[in-house]
Amino acid sequence: MLQAIERQRYFIDYSLSSLARRRGKNLGLLTVYSLIVFLLASVMLFTQSLRQEAAAILKEAPEILVQRIAAGRQDLIPAAYLERMGSLRGVSEKRGRLWGYHFDPAIKANYTLMTADQHQLPPDGILIGAGIARARGLGAGDFLSLRGNDGKPAAFRVEGILPAETELISSDLILMAEPSLRAFFGIPDGLYTDLILKVSNPREVRKVAEKLTLLLPDTRPILREEILRTYDAIFNWREGVVFVLLMGALLAFVIFAWDKASGLSAEERQEIGILKAIGWETGDVIRMKFWEGGLISLSAFLLGYLLAYLHVFFADGFLFEPVLKGWATLYPAFRPRPVVDGLQLATLFFFSVFPYTLATLVPVWRAAITDPDSVMR
Amino acid sequence: MIRLEQISKVFNQGRPNEFRAIHGLSLGIAADRVTLFTGPSGSGKTTLLSLVGCLARPTSGRIYLKGRMISALPERFLTDIRRSTFGFVFQRFNLIKGLSLIENVMLPAYPLGLPFPELRERAAGLLHGLGLGSKLENRVEWLSGGEAQRAAICRALINDPAILIADEPTANLDSALTREFLAIVEGLRGQGKGVIITSHDPLIAESAVMEAVIRMRDGRRVERMAMED
Ligand SMILES: Nc1ncnc2c1ncn2[C@@H]1O[C@H](COP(=O)(O)OP(=O)(O)O)[C@@H](O)[C@H]1O
Ligand SMILES: [Mg+2]
Repeated sequence: MLQAIERQRYFIDYSLSSLARRRGKNLGLLTVYSLIVFLLASVMLFTQSLRQEAAAILKEAPEILVQRIAAGRQDLIPAAYLERMGSLRGVSEKRGRLWGYHFDPAIKANYTLMTADQHQLPPDGILIGAGIARARGLGAGDFLSLRGNDGKPAAFRVEGILPAETELISSDLILMAEPSLRAFFGIPDGLYTDLILKVSNPREVRKVAEKLTLLLPDTRPILREEILRTYDAIFNWREGVVFVLLMGALLAFVIFAWDKASGLSAEERQEIGILKAIGWETGDVIRMKFWEGGLISLSAFLLGYLLAYLHVFFADGFLFEPVLKGWATLYPAFRPRPVVDGLQLATLFFFSVFPYTLATLVPVWRAAITDPDSVMR
Repeated sequence: MIRLEQISKVFNQGRPNEFRAIHGLSLGIAADRVTLFTGPSGSGKTTLLSLVGCLARPTSGRIYLKGRMISALPERFLTDIRRSTFGFVFQRFNLIKGLSLIENVMLPAYPLGLPFPELRERAAGLLHGLGLGSKLENRVEWLSGGEAQRAAICRALINDPAILIADEPTANLDSALTREFLAIVEGLRGQGKGVIITSHDPLIAESAVMEAVIRMRDGRRVERMAMED
């Protein structure tokens, strides 16, 4: 047992010195290899944390959203609809929401204006998302002027900036008091943008939605689970695009690795012959070369993954943001919480370390099974 | 005792460049003696040596080591036998460049998994014994021909084999170094080891250290060289 460990130690030792002897080749290989792992792992970590973030945000969202549809387009919905619903079984809360988009020609971007339900704001007070604050260079106490429903500019005083943890959705958000918003958009009392319903039991959601379509035939209920699915599809699609791009790089790497790994130099072939002639078995040679390939791919994997981790969670994934989050003028500064998915890690490991190690072993095996008498020549 | 029975070795069998290097050779080699294979270049000495040392298998015929037929053994057993029975000194020494002298010497013992200090001490002892004690950590590239040969001998002896095999050991050595080599062979003989050498160097052939001489020509054993008649 101890002897077996000692044996492996000798082989590892020899592998290390063998790697050091071909420093140039191996460093080059390590660099390219790490880079590929880095790119792949970055995409994986990035989309994973984005998806998680989106899911976390949507979890707070209401289970059902009711929109009024007039002539096929969304219209304002009367508050009276809340009464017309009556008390539906399973619905724990229902209320109207007031919000809308506002295009700001100054920065050519859409803001989302909403009523501030959790904040008490003066009539001209607003809270703004960090994206707007950045884009317009605003801080608390500054004034933001927006052209309202009546065509005249209205000045609002920035009371504060919305907290950063929700920036992915709040980046372009402006919150104001309900009367101010009604006045700004010109929406009379008794009308809302949409209604929201909270349903605690997920199994009752569909039943409630069915009742709603009967009770209020001119409305359309939108279920949270449908939104979740859409989000997922979008993220998957974007991940897919990046993966296709990476396939090219990956293919190049495979060719490169195959060439580097499978083409034994005459010197290496000679060395294998010598080792066999002086008493190493074929298995010993393969074990040694296994450590060699394993050490390279393992360190490349760890290095690449570590760099990807730093890239995504500490450098905001700056290389991929445009593709993965979409272009937006009010770009959210996204600080994902570090998450590592075990299955993803295993997948990446399996598809990087395993094929490479195998690729190195095939030619070694071929060289190692031949009779060692060639070293006598 | 090593016994060869009707040994033939054919290279590139079945191809246009097929070449029969050994023709039905039978002979016996005393395992604890100093034996010389001699003969002109191309006569099959190296081929014969690699067959005796289990580096290659004969195309036909049988090889017995201490009464046990080894020519048909699977590779794993053959390696085992080779490691414990034979130590090789190749014509071109074949030390591994980039490694230190002592690492080269220790190399054949790696698969045995001995404790490192023990192995290192043994390697250092062998190197000291052949006057290389001050160069343990030197890279082998920097060794002179004579030093490289002595390093190769140390490497061949690290697993304490019964027989040392050396192919043209003095081809690149001057007379003084050749005599030094013969002294080493004599020393090994004194320790009870056998030595098998190929050479067409007269200094070796005429040496009193050689106890048995096997003369080769065109892959066959001959009793007398034509020139000696
Ligand atoms: N691998 C090989 N393939 C083809 N021919 C070989 C091979 N090895 C040796 N030979 C031939 O076998 C003959 C004997 O070679 P060798 O044993 O090296 O002779 P020596 O050592 O006596 O000079 C030579 O003619 C050589 O060309
Ligand atoms: Mg020869």
